[in-house]
Amino acid sequence: MALAPQPTQQGGARAARSPTVPPGDQKRLLIDLLLTGLIASAIFGPIVGMSATAPQGGLVLQYRWGTVFWLVAAVVIGRLLLHLFVWNRPDWVKPIHVKRLGAGLVAIGTLALLLGLFVFDAPWFDAVGIFGLIAGAWFYISSSNETAAERGAPSPLAHAIEPLGKYLGIALLLIAIALPFIPGVDRRIVDLAILMLTYVMLGWGLNIVVGLAGLLDLGYVAFYAVGAYAYALLSTIYFPLWFGDGITPWAFWLVLPLAGLLAACWGLILGFPVLRLRGDYLAIVTLAFGEIIRIILINWYDFTGGPNGISDIPRPSFFGIPFTNDENGFAATFGLAYSPLQRIIFLYYVILVLALITNFVTLRLRKLPIGRAWEALREDEIACRSLGINTTNTKLTAFAIGAMFGGFAGSFFATRQGFVSPESFVFMESAIILAIVVLGGLGSQIGVVVAAIAVIGAFELFRELDFLKAIMPEGFDPTQYRMLAVGIAMVLIMRWRPRGLVTKRDPSIYLKEKKAVSADLVAQGHG
Amino acid sequence: MANTWQADPVLSVEHITMRFGGLVAIDDLSFNVGRNDITALIGPNGAGKTTVFNCLTGFYKPTEGMIVMRHEDGKNFILERMDDFRISQFAKVARTFQNIRLFAGMTVLENLVVAQHNTLMKASGYTVAGILGSRAYKRAEKEAVDKATYWLEKIHLIDRADDPAGDLPYGAQRRLEIARAMCTEPKLLCLDEPAAGLNPRESDDLNKLLLSIREDQGIGILLIEHDMKVVMEISDHVVVLDYGQKIADGTPAEVKIDPAVIRAYLGVDEEEAPPIAEKLITEAIARAENEPPAQQGGR
Ligand SMILES: Nc1ncnc2c1ncn2[C@@H]1O[C@H](COP(=O)(O)OP(=O)(O)OP(=O)(O)O)[C@@H](O)[C@H]1O
Ligand SMILES: [Mg+2]
Repeated sequence: MALAPQPTQQGGARAARSPTVPPGDQKRLLIDLLLTGLIASAIFGPIVGMSATAPQGGLVLQYRWGTVFWLVAAVVIGRLLLHLFVWNRPDWVKPIHVKRLGAGLVAIGTLALLLGLFVFDAPWFDAVGIFGLIAGAWFYISSSNETAAERGAPSPLAHAIEPLGKYLGIALLLIAIALPFIPGVDRRIVDLAILMLTYVMLGWGLNIVVGLAGLLDLGYVAFYAVGAYAYALLSTIYFPLWFGDGITPWAFWLVLPLAGLLAACWGLILGFPVLRLRGDYLAIVTLAFGEIIRIILINWYDFTGGPNGISDIPRPSFFGIPFTNDENGFAATFGLAYSPLQRIIFLYYVILVLALITNFVTLRLRKLPIGRAWEALREDEIACRSLGINTTNTKLTAFAIGAMFGGFAGSFFATRQGFVSPESFVFMESAIILAIVVLGGLGSQIGVVVAAIAVIGAFELFRELDFLKAIMPEGFDPTQYRMLAVGIAMVLIMRWRPRGLVTKRDPSIYLKEKKAVSADLVAQGHG
Repeated sequence: MANTWQADPVLSVEHITMRFGGLVAIDDLSFNVGRNDITALIGPNGAGKTTVFNCLTGFYKPTEGMIVMRHEDGKNFILERMDDFRISQFAKVARTFQNIRLFAGMTVLENLVVAQHNTLMKASGYTVAGILGSRAYKRAEKEAVDKATYWLEKIHLIDRADDPAGDLPYGAQRRLEIARAMCTEPKLLCLDEPAAGLNPRESDDLNKLLLSIREDQGIGILLIEHDMKVVMEISDHVVVLDYGQKIADGTPAEVKIDPAVIRAYLGVDEEEAPPIAEKLITEAIARAENEPPAQQGGR
C-alpha cells in the first residue's frame, strides 16, 4: 500500500529492533556507526556544508564544515544511543534503565528549554532542550511499549489516549464555540483558528474519498480552487452583471451552494476517467487533474485573470448587513462599538458551522447505505459488485460529495482573503490535506481535527522559531525548512503509528455492543 | 425430459465458450440448473469451473454462447449482456468466492447489511431522505438487521455479530460469506468450493445448511466442489468439466460410474475404470465417515 508500510504492525517498539548488530559485538557496532557517519556526511556535506552565494559578480562557494561536523556527530551519537538502549541492548541495560534515561532526558530537556526561553535568552539552550525532549520521549515511549508488550498488554500510550478520544471531541467543540470570547484571544489567534478550521473541513471532505471510499486523490486542491474561483468570478463579475450591484452583500450566501455544486460537477468530471484506475495510477491521474486545473487558471487570462488572480472579492456580510464602520454597518445596527474584529469573528463562526455541517453529513452518510457501500468498496470492490452494488455510482458519489465540501471551503477561502490566485492552489496544498487525513488515521473524524491542529499549528510555530535563526549560520530562514520538519514528523509518526493517530474503526451499526474494529483488519482501499 | 433440470431450469447455459488469448478455458459448454436443485459442478483443477462462475455472474463476458436466467414469473434475463452488479440486483444470482472475499474490516453484521444495499438504498430515498433522518429508512434498516439476525442464527454466528469479519475462524468466514450472499435474496446461489478447508464436522454442518437453504428459500444452488462425499450426499444433479468441456451430466449415481469421468479423474483406461472408481469413491466416503473429526483439523 502506498500510505503505510505494514498494516499488520501496531507499535514501533518491537519492530524497531534492528537485526544488523548482535548485542555485545563491538566491532560490528563500530562499523555500523562508521557507516552511519559516512551516510550522514554524504547527505549533509553537499546540502548543508556548501552554499553558493553571489556577492557582486560571480558565484562563490562557501563552506560550513563546522555545522556539518555537529550534525554528523548528532546522528552518530543518536544511533549509538539507539543501539545501546533501544535496539540491541546489552544485558546490563534493563527496560527500566531506558525508561529512566528517557524520563531524565525529558526533564533535562524541559529545564534547558525553560532556561533558554526565560532566563538566559540563549538559543543553544533551546536547541539542547528540544533535542532532549524528543529523544527522551522516544526512549520513554519505546521502553514502556516494550514492557507492555512483554506483559501482552496494549501500548500504554495508546491505551491512555484512546479513552480520552471520547471526551476530546466534546472538549474541542466547546473550546471552538467559545474561542473568540476567551480572554486573551486576539486577532492573530482567531485568524489561526480560521485557518485550522479550513483545513479541518478540507480534511473531512477528503476523508470521504480517501478514508471511507479508499480512493487515493492527490488532486483535491482542484475542488478547493473551483469553489474559490466560482465565488470570486460570480461575486465580482457575473452577479452584479445579472442582478445589479444590490446583490453583492448577499453574494456569499447565494454563491456558496452554487460553488459546492460546481465543485461536485468537477468531482464527477474527475471521477469518470479514473473509474477503472487503481492504486498508483489513480494517484497519478488525480495529481495531474489538480495541476491541469491550476494551469488552466494561470493561462485562461481573459476569464480568470491569469497569474494576477482576482482581487476585490466582496467580503461576507452578516446576512445582508455589511461589516462596515457606518450607520448601515453591523456595529451600528446592533448598537455595538465598531471593531474590525467583528468580521473576523463572524468569519470564524461561518467556517466553524461549515466544518460542523461537513462532519455531521459525513457521520450521517456513514450510517446510510451509500456510506456503507463506500467502506465496502474500500474493503473489496469485487465483493461489492457480486452483491449488486453499483461501484461506478458509489465511486462517483464519493468523488462528488468530497469535492462539494472542498468547493464550500474554497468559497469561504475566497471571501476571507478577498483575493484568489492560482498560487494558492498548488500541489503542496493537496499534500498537506492528505497528510492531515493520513496522520489523523484514515476514516477517523476526530483524528483529522487533531492532525489539522498539529500540522497547521506546527507550520505557524515555525515562523516563530527565532532561536533557530540564532544558532544556524547567517541567512537561515526557519520557514524554508518547515516542510522538512513536517516530513520528519510524518516519518516518525508513520513509524510509531503506521495507521495514523486514531487507529480504530467505529462500526456503523451494531446488534448488542459497539466494538471498535482494529485497524489491522481494515483495508486501505486500492489507492 | 424426466429430469428436474430439464423440465424447469432456473438457469440455462447454452454453448458458451471462453477464450483467454489462445487458451480455451470453456469450450462449447451447455447445461441446465434446476429451479430447486442442488447442482454440483465438478472437475479436476484448472477445468474451468471458476471461469464458468465468472461468466454466470458477469465478471467475464463469454466469447460465445448465451446464459439465460429464468424467474418463475416468466421473466428471463440474458446474463452475458448484463453488468455484474445488475446480475445480482435484477437477475438474482448471488455468489461466493473460492478465496473468501468478506469485508474484513467491517463487522459481521455490517457485512450482512451491506449485502442489502439496494433495498436500503431505495428506502433511504437514494440517500436524500436518509440524510434528513426519515422514519421509513429507520424501519427499513431495522428490517435489514432482522434479516441479518435470521441468517446469523442460522449459521450460528449470532454471538459474533459485532466482531470484525476478519477475526472469524476460517469455517465461520465461509458460512458468513454464504449468509451474505443469501441476504441479497437470490434465486440462484453459486458457491465456489464452500467446503474447502473445512473439517468433517464443519463440512456436515455446511451440508445441512445448504439443504435447509434449498428447503426454506426454495432456490437453486450451484456449487463447485472437490469433496466427493459432499457431492454424492447432497447434490441432485452433477455436471462434470474437464479441460473446459462437459464430459458428463446427470444424477450423482449416473456420474460416478461414467467412464469419461473416471478417466478424467484417475487417468486410467476406459474398460477397467468403472469398478475401480466406484470402489475408490465408496472407500473415500467410508473413510470420511469413520474418521474422528478431531483428527482432521481444518485450518
Ligand atoms: N483471467 C484469466 N486470464 C487467463 N487465463 C485464465 C483466466 N482465468 C482463468 N484462466 C485459465 O482458465 C483455466 C481454468 O481456470 P479456472 O480457475 O476456471 O479453473 P478451476 O476449474 O476453477 O480450477 P480450481 O479447481 O483449481 O479452482 C486455467 O487454465 C486458468 O489458468
Ligand atoms: Mg476454481
